[in-house]
Amino acid sequence: MSDPLLDVRAIDTFYGDFQALFGISLNVRAGQVVAVIGANGAGKSTLLKSIAGLMHPRRGEIVFNGAPVAGAPAFDVLGRGIALVPEGRRLFPSLTVEENLLIGGQSRRPGPWTLARIYELFPVLAERRNLLAPALSGGQQQMAAVARALMANPQLLLCDEISLGLAPIVVRDIYARLPQIVAEGLSLIIVEQDIVQALRAASHVYCLQEGRVALQAPAQELTRETISAAYFGV
Amino acid sequence: MTVEHATRSSRIGVALIAVTLVILAFAPYWGDRQTLRLLAEIYTFVALASLWNLLAGYAGLVSVGQQAFVGLGGYLLFALAILVDVHPVAAILIAGPIGALVAIPVAALIFRLRGAYFAIGTWVVAEVFRLLASQISVLGGGSGISLPVAVVIAMAPSRQMREFETYWLALALTGIILGAIVALLRSRHGLALTAIRDNELAAQSNGIDVWRIKFIVYVLTAFGTAMIGALIFLQKLRISPDTAFNVNDWTAFVIFITVIGGIGRIEGPIIGTVIFFLLRQALADLGSLYLLMMGAVAIVVMLWAPKGIWGLIVERLGWQALPLQRRLIPEKEPRGKS
Amino acid sequence: MQWFNVILQGVLIGGLYAMFAAGLSLIFGVMRLVNIAHGDLIVLAAYVSLLVTQGLGVNPLTSLLLVVPVMAVIGYALQRGLLNRSLGDDLLPPLLVTFGLSIIIQNGLLELFTADSRKLQAGAIEIQTFQLAQGVWVGILPFIQFIVAVLAIAALQMLFYRTALGRAFRATSDDQAVAQLMGLDTRHVFAMAMALSLAVIAIAGVFLAVRANFDPAIGPARLIFGFEAVIIGGLGSMWGTLAGGIILGVSQAIGAQIDPGWQLLAGHIVFLAILAVRPQGLFPKVSG
Repeated sequence: MSDPLLDVRAIDTFYGDFQALFGISLNVRAGQVVAVIGANGAGKSTLLKSIAGLMHPRRGEIVFNGAPVAGAPAFDVLGRGIALVPEGRRLFPSLTVEENLLIGGQSRRPGPWTLARIYELFPVLAERRNLLAPALSGGQQQMAAVARALMANPQLLLCDEISLGLAPIVVRDIYARLPQIVAEGLSLIIVEQDIVQALRAASHVYCLQEGRVALQAPAQELTRETISAAYFGV
Repeated sequence: MTVEHATRSSRIGVALIAVTLVILAFAPYWGDRQTLRLLAEIYTFVALASLWNLLAGYAGLVSVGQQAFVGLGGYLLFALAILVDVHPVAAILIAGPIGALVAIPVAALIFRLRGAYFAIGTWVVAEVFRLLASQISVLGGGSGISLPVAVVIAMAPSRQMREFETYWLALALTGIILGAIVALLRSRHGLALTAIRDNELAAQSNGIDVWRIKFIVYVLTAFGTAMIGALIFLQKLRISPDTAFNVNDWTAFVIFITVIGGIGRIEGPIIGTVIFFLLRQALADLGSLYLLMMGAVAIVVMLWAPKGIWGLIVERLGWQALPLQRRLIPEKEPRGKS
Repeated sequence: MQWFNVILQGVLIGGLYAMFAAGLSLIFGVMRLVNIAHGDLIVLAAYVSLLVTQGLGVNPLTSLLLVVPVMAVIGYALQRGLLNRSLGDDLLPPLLVTFGLSIIIQNGLLELFTADSRKLQAGAIEIQTFQLAQGVWVGILPFIQFIVAVLAIAALQMLFYRTALGRAFRATSDDQAVAQLMGLDTRHVFAMAMALSLAVIAIAGVFLAVRANFDPAIGPARLIFGFEAVIIGGLGSMWGTLAGGIILGVSQAIGAQIDPGWQLLAGHIVFLAILAVRPQGLFPKVSG
């Protein structure tokens, strides 16, 4: 078995004095889609932020492509090939759609994702390329946020709650494009509150509860009962 | 439930302060003329720095224009004494309320600016005051004016008595201003101010009328600063627009003193002033080099020890020189209960 | 016709004020920093130009070729080495650090160059005029300075909205954390913004030095002029800043015409009046 693309080893992350993650371990193989689910406050976003370099774990290691990455600043982590689609989309409000995408691409990492390719995958963005980001609908903004991260040609894409605040039909639309993204050679970590979509999209699932991994298993092996137990600690 | 302010170290602190005050009050009897002048200068800087600290460290209003009120106080003294024949000491006391009155429309204007833009706005106001002062020819216009002999004599017949009087005035005024600041901080408004100092947004969402408190603090600070300004120029016996509204003397030194001593704590300006004067005595008069060094030290302190020297002491040792903490003491159980 | 000349002079110097303001406005836009040492850096540029013109024997306008890059490098180093450390949620540190910097620069220049008044000589161009219209004569140098100011502002606008660097500025200003996530090293972005600001300051400083006498103490007044131009014009708009500078210049010129002692006061009064009546400025784009 080859080494995993991403190997998170027993990390502890703190907000000041408050510990949010307790010895979290997780790994992602190349081409894999991993889902991380859990209740609010379980630490899902914190986990992604720790991997992306927005936060630095106090203990433990994060190894990506064989090299340690924990503690590196966020812009450096992007340069190594990990891109985060942040919670709440967070497009740049004074930039147009196209400018947002161009910012995503300014790190000039080589790869298949160009402006043309992005517009192929997300035609609705092409139509609105010159609009300021806030002018888009929620679903369109989410697509733009994913597209922006893709422009950096990452090997690993982290998606933080992309279904948040969106109508189910819009969420389905976005998730429908994920297989194309994976087909281009990306691995994904999806953090989701929408368990149904997460289980459909992922091959492997981690369930977090109060900062710890309560359950991890291949997606097909999971039943409703085991998930509820892990999710709510019942 | 009662609120107790004192701690053991603050009790010691208050006792020490009381003893020091008594010693200082008797300074005319054990100190020479130079010592008295130096002490009076120290008092005025302690007062100015404490007032600036209240404004910037507690209310979050960083002003680089307090020299506006120092100069205003000075010019009020000269105007009242020369043009209206008011006794100089009375003039000092009148300068306070007039300074406060002037501060009201000033605040109404510059409170429209935020943060650093507010700071520059205060500077503009000081510049306007300076330019206006140089237009007033009865008070010497651009070159300034000296205090007439008649006014000087009105204070006291002999020079020695005048020097004693000015000294006691400086001590008393500084003591009153510090006392007022402590009283303010111990009051309900003081609690609000400390909340604003720690987190303005949170304070606002807890129902504190931040704008109104800042306004009041600005006006009160102008009150005190104007009085000190009047006192300073009574000592100097001469005033001109450039000395009255000098940024270096009345703002740069004050800011550096407070930053190095410790912003946002009462003891900070006092410690800072002592350090400042010790350094000045030690390094003699290096002129602009001295200012340059103070600026560099202030920057270093701001970046690496933002709570200043007193802040470091508090962190390490938990001392409080003044009873400003608040601790809730629950009611004691009544006797007889099992 | 005399009043027309007065106003024209005011407009022309307004361009210089707008250049003072542009650097200030740029920094505030990108990193919410107000550089209290801004005016003193303008004076520093003037002294650097003095050294270059004296040392190399060149014309002040030629010295720009050296002064601009030197100041830009100083700006980059200053931001990267010192000012980046002061940035954060707290308002006090950047304000006090730049204030300390202002005092250091003023007194450093005082030690190095004494308080003597200096002026740079640009040669015959200083007194040449040309006729704009019947009875209206315009100094060539002030006119060139005005044109350069307008071009500089136009160039800044273009840089902000048409280049990758400008995009980086705007993205970092919008959301620093996400900009980092997108691979932007914000320490570098901020340093580039300061370098650019000092490049504009360099031009303004040399123009100032040719136009009038300068000494180490005149920095704060330039800061105030730049600041007033920004507030009058409105935050966030470069062209508004130009308008603000022009209005300030014209106010001062009219004030000076009424009474020489009223030149500065007239400008301050107009500023305070606008602050009282329309605090967001005349052409605001953003709310600070």
